[in-house]
This record gives sequence, structure tokens and C-alpha cells, in this order.
Amino acid sequence: MNFAQVFDPLFRVPFANGLLLALVLPLLGAYVRLRSEWLAALGLAQVTAAGGVTAILLGVHPLAGALGAAAIAAGIKGRTERSGNDIYAVFLFFGWSAALLGAANSTRGEELSHSLLEGQLYFTTWANLGAVLALAALVAAAGPWLSKRLLLEHFFPENLAANGQSPWRLHLAFDLLVAFSVALATESIGVMATFCLVFFPPWVAFRIATSWKRALLHCAGISVTAYLAAFVLAIVLDQPFGPVLVGTLVVGGLVRLPFHKRR
Amino acid sequence: MPSLLLSYRDVVAGYSEPVVGPVSFDLQPGDVLALVGPNGCGKSTLIGALTGASRLHSGEVVRGEGLSIAYQRQRPVRDTDVPLRGDELLRLTRAGASEPPESLRPLLKLRVDRLSGGQFQLLNVWACLGGEANLVVLDEPTNNMDPSAVRALGDLLHATRSDRAVLVVTHDARFLTGVSARVLEVGR
Repeated sequence: MNFAQVFDPLFRVPFANGLLLALVLPLLGAYVRLRSEWLAALGLAQVTAAGGVTAILLGVHPLAGALGAAAIAAGIKGRTERSGNDIYAVFLFFGWSAALLGAANSTRGEELSHSLLEGQLYFTTWANLGAVLALAALVAAAGPWLSKRLLLEHFFPENLAANGQSPWRLHLAFDLLVAFSVALATESIGVMATFCLVFFPPWVAFRIATSWKRALLHCAGISVTAYLAAFVLAIVLDQPFGPVLVGTLVVGGLVRLPFHKRR
Repeated sequence: MPSLLLSYRDVVAGYSEPVVGPVSFDLQPGDVLALVGPNGCGKSTLIGALTGASRLHSGEVVRGEGLSIAYQRQRPVRDTDVPLRGDELLRLTRAGASEPPESLRPLLKLRVDRLSGGQFQLLNVWACLGGEANLVVLDEPTNNMDPSAVRALGDLLHATRSDRAVLVVTHDARFLTGVSARVLEVGR
């Protein structure tokens, strides 16, 4: 057990990478939850994992494979023109099957599949950080525009159609943003930690917040707190990061219990 | 002469088969038109031709230049665990810029999933009426409302601007008493 290791310069890039993901994923997760698509992250994470493994089999960089698979999944989702978890369940099963079959037929694929499941935050590089920085900038720039339209479309779903507009561009833009975010996160922190960051903070925040704005603040606060705790614990206790983060979020999620659903 | 916002010309609407029509009406700024008739007579099907929810079998729906529509659906979307506050709901339709009626002010700082059905319905109506659209469509706005909320709804309609039109679909037009509204019976 060595606390000083936490401040090792070797961990600075991974730390920044994970911190940005811990900010971005739960904010997107709030809108995913609003659309009752909380399974999105797990379904997309499995598809991107399958994309990464397939890329190795084809001799392509796994991140390119993951992003490509994410784009295809978002496109398929956009074509279905309906919100809900069904399509993400299909992605989940397909991605799981394809990733494991791909891994079984390639030594490197098996290694990658294992790391995608557990997460490999401490091995992330400047390339990962650059991609996540670009993602965070995109979310910061497009977030307010997307937020208003997604909420408006959710609560007044006929307004767009009544004014002769189709919501498919809005849906596709959001689905792509979620898919790319999940693809980048899966590469860095693994399938389950990605799913947990999308699902857990909004699950808690939606119950305890008094407004949408506060819910977003709670999402970021819960996520970053859990991330900082998990980052330190994983290094100090020499444990894999992904499972420690998921465990920390689940324990933190107990905050939700005293807040009963009221109507 | 005021410009035309919306015109239904011999509209027959339905789904695989025609359900209602032919119906004709014009809407100009300042108009309040109530489409009334018993449940199931095809009122919502008729206005569904505006959103594509129903099919136009014959006739024509003409949209005026610069038409913008705020559409309050018959069953407003009401999630059980979404932390949106009343004033945040109003800001979505830019109704937050208008001074809300006295009866709605206590609701603005509450989560909409914790309001009663009638309170939520009233807030939805104001989200449409208080916004910038020049045509407001209200589909069965008295659903879930107790008598006091129905009276408040009448007050909201009184407060509507003269530069816009309101199209109300209802099976019970009594709340329009005192509102200068045309009534068009559907399905007879």
C-alpha cells in the first residue's frame, strides 16, 4: 500500500482521461435516462468492444474499429426512429457474442477483449486523452442546444411534427454523441465501468434533485467523487480500476434509498 | 384583413379508413375555435392531420405563412421520476418569459412529476399559451382537472394574446363559457 504512487507523473494522463469521462458520461446519461434508454451504454459498449476485437482481426487500430462500430450502431438506432431499450438489448447480445467469438479466434483479440471488460485506464495515452478532450469540448459546445431540444421533444413530442419538422436529425446527433462517448470510454475504462457511469449518477440524481439543473450538477458531483475515490483506492490497494469504480458507485448509490418516490 | 393562420378545407381524416369529415374551418389571429363532440367522434383524429398522426384522405390543410404551432397533447408526457421543475418546463417553450397566472406561480418551483394531474395539465396548457407560437392546439385540456382547475383554464384562455389563435378539442365545452369562442361540432 503506497499512497505516494497516486501522484506518480505516470498516472497524470490516465487521471485526466478518466476525470473527463467521469464528467461527460453521466451528463449524457441524464438524457439517456430521460429517453428511457438506460441500457444504451451497456449495449453500445458491447458493440464497440466487438468493433475493437474485429479491428484487430482485420489488422486495424482497435479504437478505429470501436468508433466505426459505434457509428454503425447509432445509424441503425436512428433508422428505427423510436426510443426505448429494446434495440440496445439487441446490441448487447450481438456485441457480447461477436466480441467473445472474435477473441476466441485471435490471441490479441482475447487480450483486448479481456482488457475491454476490466478496463485499462492506467495504460491510456495522450492519444486517448486527446480524443476525450475533443469529446468534452463537443459536449460543452453542443450540450445546451441538445439539452433544450431533447427536453422539448420529450415533453411536447408533437411540436416538431406539427411544425413540419422531423426529429430524426436530433435523434441521430444525440445517438452518435452517446455512441462515440461510449466507444472512447470503453477503450479507457472498460464495458461495465462505462455503463455504470452512464447509468448510476443519473439514477441517483433523478431521485434526489429538485430541478433539472441540479440533477445535472448532482450527476457530475456523484460521478467525480466516485471517480476520485476509485482512482486512489485502485492504486493504493493495487486493484483493477474498473471494478473498484463500479463498486464505489454502487456504494455511493445508497444515497438514493432515503429519498422515496413521491407523487 | 388579418392573415390566415390555418385552413381546413373539406378535410376527411382517418387511418386506414376515413374516420371523420368532411370538415372546414379557417383560423385567424385572435380566433378561439372549439371542436366539440362526444368521445370517439374523431376530433383528435382531425387535428392529427396536422402532425401526421392521422392520414388525410381528402381535402386540404393549408398552413399560413409564418405559422408556428404549440401542441398540447391529450395525454401529456408525465414521467414518474424526472426532476424537471415547473419553471424549467415553461422555459422549454419560452413561456417562462411571460408572467404566469397567479394560480400557476406556486407550481413553478416544484418538480412536475410531483404535481397532481390537474396541476400538471394546467402547467402544460400555459407552456403552450405563454410561448411564442401563433397557433396553440389544446387537445382535451380539461382531462384530469377538478372544477377549480377547469375555471383556471378558462382564465388562461382569457389571458391569451390577440395576435394568435387557439384551437381547442374538447368533449365538454362548458369551460369556454365567457370566452369569445366559435364552436364547431364534429361527428354530426
